[in-house]
Amino acid sequence: MRRAYNLRHVVSTSPPWSRYDRLGRLLLENRLMLEIRRLNVSIGGRKILDDCSLTVEDGEVAAIMGPNGAGKSTLAYVIAGRKDYRVESGEVILNGVDLLALEPDERAARGLFLAFQYPIEIPGVATMTFLKATLNAQRKQRGEAELSTPDFMRRVKGAAERLGIKPDMLKRALNVGFSGGEKKRMDILQMALLEPTFCILDETDSGLDIDALRVVADGVNTLRAPHRGFLVITHYQRLLDYIVPDRVHVMAEGRIVKSGGKELALELEKSGYRNYLTDPDQAVA
Amino acid sequence: MRSALPMVEAPGAAEIEALRPDFSHPGALAQRLVLVDGVFAPELSSAMPEGVRVRSLASVLNEGRADLIALLAPANADGADPILSLNAALMQDGVVIEVAPGARSDDPINLVYASTPGGPSARFSRSLIVVGAGASIRLAESLHVRAARADETFSGLQNFNCLQNFNCLIASVGEGATFNHTTRMTGGEPGGVRVESLIASIGAGAQFDSFALVTGAGLIRRQIFMRFQGPGAKSALRGVSLLRGREHADTTLVVEHAAPDCSGRQLFKYILDEEATGVFQGKIVVDPLAQKTDARMLSKALLLSDTAAMNNKPELEIFADDVACGHGATSGGLDADQLFYLQTRGLPFAQAEALLLEAFAGELIDGLGDENLAEVCRSEVRAWLSRRAPPGVHS
Repeated sequence: MRRAYNLRHVVSTSPPWSRYDRLGRLLLENRLMLEIRRLNVSIGGRKILDDCSLTVEDGEVAAIMGPNGAGKSTLAYVIAGRKDYRVESGEVILNGVDLLALEPDERAARGLFLAFQYPIEIPGVATMTFLKATLNAQRKQRGEAELSTPDFMRRVKGAAERLGIKPDMLKRALNVGFSGGEKKRMDILQMALLEPTFCILDETDSGLDIDALRVVADGVNTLRAPHRGFLVITHYQRLLDYIVPDRVHVMAEGRIVKSGGKELALELEKSGYRNYLTDPDQAVA
Repeated sequence: MRSALPMVEAPGAAEIEALRPDFSHPGALAQRLVLVDGVFAPELSSAMPEGVRVRSLASVLNEGRADLIALLAPANADGADPILSLNAALMQDGVVIEVAPGARSDDPINLVYASTPGGPSARFSRSLIVVGAGASIRLAESLHVRAARADETFSGLQNFNCLQNFNCLIASVGEGATFNHTTRMTGGEPGGVRVESLIASIGAGAQFDSFALVTGAGLIRRQIFMRFQGPGAKSALRGVSLLRGREHADTTLVVEHAAPDCSGRQLFKYILDEEATGVFQGKIVVDPLAQKTDARMLSKALLLSDTAAMNNKPELEIFADDVACGHGATSGGLDADQLFYLQTRGLPFAQAEALLLEAFAGELIDGLGDENLAEVCRSEVRAWLSRRAPPGVHS
């Protein structure tokens, strides 16, 4: 699904057009993307993101790798709209819209999806009820009609089958008592149903064995599409064997310090992150 | 502090007749017993299931049946509690329900509290249910809220603003019997006072469950005095209170384990908004005889504003040495991680909050085992939630 680029935003808030050559080109080609510009974020007075900039083009799968404490998860949370952080300056533009001005649900309705490192348990809310509420809430925000129950059921069943999610899991409370792998699959199921234009996967491999990792990666790979971008956050190269990225970015000390092709991930696996830290002794394994 | 209001006069035939349309339409509760201003009104009541005998308290006292009179003045609670003493002194009437041994009914007996219009007044009732050995019965208490009729100039609800109700229900649950009790104190008397006492003694191997839904209370106190009389009995007491404005709801429990091998669970939940106050004080007493007691008590409160307050006082008094007893209390706001997760999936904050609140209350409602009643409770919770002020007003 495509949305019109919000030209008004670009005109009213942007500095000279020269900075937007690339953006302008993408605009003309009607391509969408995520652009993070000089983002500075702190929590409790401690700086976590330090002038962080990153661009993910339409349809691209970008990976962010980096040591613990580099700010990877913070970046994911700030893009999704978590309130605990203080955004001091910078912009996060998705498909032409400044996300930072929006509530998390409004960001979701504009096509953003965050797959959590640890999906949250919601006791007392049946998974099916939750799925229907989210799907219809997003459709409502976009001015679309609610799904009919048979149509909704058909979509859920189809997506659940592809991910190996048993019908009985859909009747249980959301994520309650699910294994790590089941929770991740449930997140991917939501991703498949909500049809976002941009997906962030935050440490999706954590807590997964190889078999579960393969199922989750397959789920993600089937969602890869020309107009859907991905930002895959991970410590380890392993996940990138299954979800092969177009670009790899190294994040350290709150900013992107190096970008390259998928071969960069292999290089990191050998050399580690020490080369990218000002004080390597501070690095946590 | 509120002062005691004058006692209401017993309802006349015309006043009871005026209530008849409320109970003669096709949607009226079946198997119902109606108390009008605390006085049993057989005219408004309907047929009981087989094996269930009903009389008014007044007629039982006139008969002088010693066994029933002994049950009506239970030793474990009367005398120790001033509210019960007041109730004993001023009770006007009530209903006595005898369930024959082995009798069963899956549909509940409905005990309905109705009031006549009039000035500020107080009413006192005392009712008794005797559940025979091996019987299985449900009793559902509810308030009757009169809709204002076209020919009446006052608002039906306003007229009930100054009522004080002091009702007492005594339950004697026989050996191996199952007694399921629910009470909905909803939709009545925003400025009223309501004090409900439930006194239960549970026989060997019996099961006693009770659930209460409280909304729209002015000042409400529910007190439950329960005693495990014989070994191997089980009980679950649960409640959900939804309060806003300056409402105050108090749940006071004394659960006495006087026999071995009994298992008791108590879980009470509160959702408190605006300037409401919740109170939970629960005491578990384990007598020296009551070995292998398994007792758990928990209260959970969600505070939705900075000015709401919750007071918890759990107590354990254990005189046996081979028991498993626990109590706990939690108070706090909604979980920020859960709210954020739901929002990232596209639910606006208010909707995410409502979903979590409904789930919080729903946990107890889902376990009711009576789907009709559960649905009524769910819709009452939803109605309460829909009247919440929009988010941001209190923060």
